[in-house]
Amino acid sequence: MSVLVDKADLSLKYTAHYNEVKDELFANSSDILNAQRNKAFQNFVLQGIPTRRNENYKYTNLNPAFMPDFKFIHTKEEKKADLGEVFRCDVPQLNTNLALVFNGWFYKNETEKGDLPEGVILDSLDSISKERPELLEKYASLANVEEDPMVALNTAFAKDGFFLYVPKNVVVESPIQIINLLQDKKDTFSTQRNFILVEDGAKVQVLLCDHTLNLNQYLNNSVTEIFAGNNAEIEFYTLQNQHNKATNINSVFIDQQRDSRVTSHTASLHGGLIRNNLQFALNGENAEAHMFGMAFMDKKQHVDNFTQVIHAAPHCESNQIYKNVLDEKSTGAFSGRIHVVRDAQKTNAFQRNNNLLLTDEATMQTKPQLIIDADDVKCSHGATVGQIDEEALFYLRARGINEDQARLMMMNAFAHEVVKEIKLEPLRDRIDELVNKRLKGEVARCHDCAYQCDC
Amino acid sequence: MLKIKDLYASVEGMEILKGINLEVKPGEVHAIMGPNGSGKSTLANVLAGKEDYEVTNGEVIFEGEDLLEKSPEERAKDGIFLSFQYPVEIPGVPMVNFLKTSVNEHRKHKGLKELTAGEFLKLMREKMDLVDMHTKLTNRMVNEGFSGGEKKKNEIFQMALLEPKLAILDETDSGLDIDALKTVANGVNALKSPERSTIVVTHYQRLLDYIVPDYVHILYQGKIVKTAGKELALQLEEKGYDWIKSENGN
Ligand SMILES: Nc1ncnc2c1ncn2[C@@H]1O[C@H](COP(=O)(O)OP(=O)(O)O)[C@@H](O)[C@H]1O
Ligand SMILES: [Mg+2]
Repeated sequence: MSVLVDKADLSLKYTAHYNEVKDELFANSSDILNAQRNKAFQNFVLQGIPTRRNENYKYTNLNPAFMPDFKFIHTKEEKKADLGEVFRCDVPQLNTNLALVFNGWFYKNETEKGDLPEGVILDSLDSISKERPELLEKYASLANVEEDPMVALNTAFAKDGFFLYVPKNVVVESPIQIINLLQDKKDTFSTQRNFILVEDGAKVQVLLCDHTLNLNQYLNNSVTEIFAGNNAEIEFYTLQNQHNKATNINSVFIDQQRDSRVTSHTASLHGGLIRNNLQFALNGENAEAHMFGMAFMDKKQHVDNFTQVIHAAPHCESNQIYKNVLDEKSTGAFSGRIHVVRDAQKTNAFQRNNNLLLTDEATMQTKPQLIIDADDVKCSHGATVGQIDEEALFYLRARGINEDQARLMMMNAFAHEVVKEIKLEPLRDRIDELVNKRLKGEVARCHDCAYQCDC
Repeated sequence: MLKIKDLYASVEGMEILKGINLEVKPGEVHAIMGPNGSGKSTLANVLAGKEDYEVTNGEVIFEGEDLLEKSPEERAKDGIFLSFQYPVEIPGVPMVNFLKTSVNEHRKHKGLKELTAGEFLKLMREKMDLVDMHTKLTNRMVNEGFSGGEKKKNEIFQMALLEPKLAILDETDSGLDIDALKTVANGVNALKSPERSTIVVTHYQRLLDYIVPDYVHILYQGKIVKTAGKELALQLEEKGYDWIKSENGN
């Protein structure tokens, strides 16, 4: 039974659903998660499903993505197979500590123990919030339900996701890899809530791979809060590789304390609609934030990167490079807000967005926004939207390189500026390869995908 | 080797080449001189296959085949090499990748085995010596941050790697000091053979002291208005381009 509903009805549908499952959610979750629910849901209702009328969603209307009669998975389902074996986002020689999030629920890797140092916790948010609530004191302190309806909705439905804790001065040598899988027989709405706490002087690399395993419609709404203590160092990689009927709304909030360094890389290879909200709050002096993004879209795919950097302390540095390659009728958007608050003197903030349109039908919207309330700052931003340089293309062809290959070289070159910033070498090589495949028009999937889906 | 017959070409609706006739035989060196804007680069680009230029009349036969039908990459692999007047910078494409791809495309075309990375580097080192090319340049992206002279040297370096049958050097001498000019000329001369031909497009005669032409043509307003031996270049140097202009009614 699927009837066409207008916007108001659509919100009502979610309200009805919330009221229906609320008791069960409260009964099964921890106090920490429950404490936020009702307020969060009210905020979702107040703001509504984001459409272009919402200033922050000016380039992305999420209304159609909410249309399907989704199944919600509010309780953890029994594993249908050994998930560790089912799927491995193969990153050669990347000796990773692997975990799995399946339709929003966390599953430990039982087959391989990994080599996490003493004291490091990689576990389910649901269980940690019940067993070690003291570690989640800062839960929902970054992800503000009043500012984004998707964050509000996530907080209202939040049950599970991954939890990562790296204690003071602990250096995690091998990267941690989390594979997010979406797979169900029905169209599915998945909510994932993640939490990363990296204490003073600790260091960790995290890689998230988003995948869909069949062709159903999915809406994944995830929120990740990341806390970087004094002098902590975090590299956070997100690899988005879903299919054309998947909507991926991914909000990441980062709090940085003094002398911390956090790098975020977002590589969007596939997906019907991708919205990445990324917010960095530089709350301690000398903090350094690096944000890199690349997206390769075709057909009618849409990618929207919405970044915010809040320079709240002096002597901090932020650096953003976002690049999009848009083919066919795909569309892209980039909004980058830099806010330097009063007294955040000696701020260095840099932002650049470059876009390559491969057809006349592809479109890109780019919008920098600088709000500067301090006087001694260095801020710069720039954006370009262009086609492949025909002169350069001719130069390559005049040396015997055929047109397709020459185009490919140029596109790879365009993306390379971002790819080269990936510090994790095996991952860099792997992404290079995936990007190359993607640009060649081959489906860029992991080799060892046991589910050979042609989605 | 190359036969150009009554070639007309235009760009953006403007006729630039107005009936070019030229024959280049194996082993010959032809110089094309002429004032700025007379169509020298246009001719070079038309031969290399640049799509901005529309050939409206005439034909070009290269090694017995219709050249104008072919794509730029096919022409290159058939043995035509254009040393660009203004080589472009290509950020993000490493020199070594570019050169290796180019060399291997040529090899595949000839039915030869592709070179491995090691084999290619060996070949590259050999050719680098020939034109005094530095690794500080080959380690960069294509032409990125190269000076004018380095760009020109890089063109000749590529020519040495690809060993074309017909090299068209479009003002490779401009912007070079005398030492660089000699290096470039040495590179060109090192490749000289009874099978290989060269078209040297130049504004000045000084390069022709080092690369001695069999014929000198003067291109003016899209036509070859004079053809003679190497003495023509000296004559032109002496009398200046006004001589050509006045003879042709300007
Ligand atoms: N791509 C182009 N677009 C427009 N005009 C061009 C283009 N290329 C050449 N021309 C014009 O054609 C004429 C000949 O140029 P060119 O072949 O570069 O001369 P030369 O190399 O002899 O100095 C000039 O008037 C120039 O402005
Ligand atoms: Mg010229």
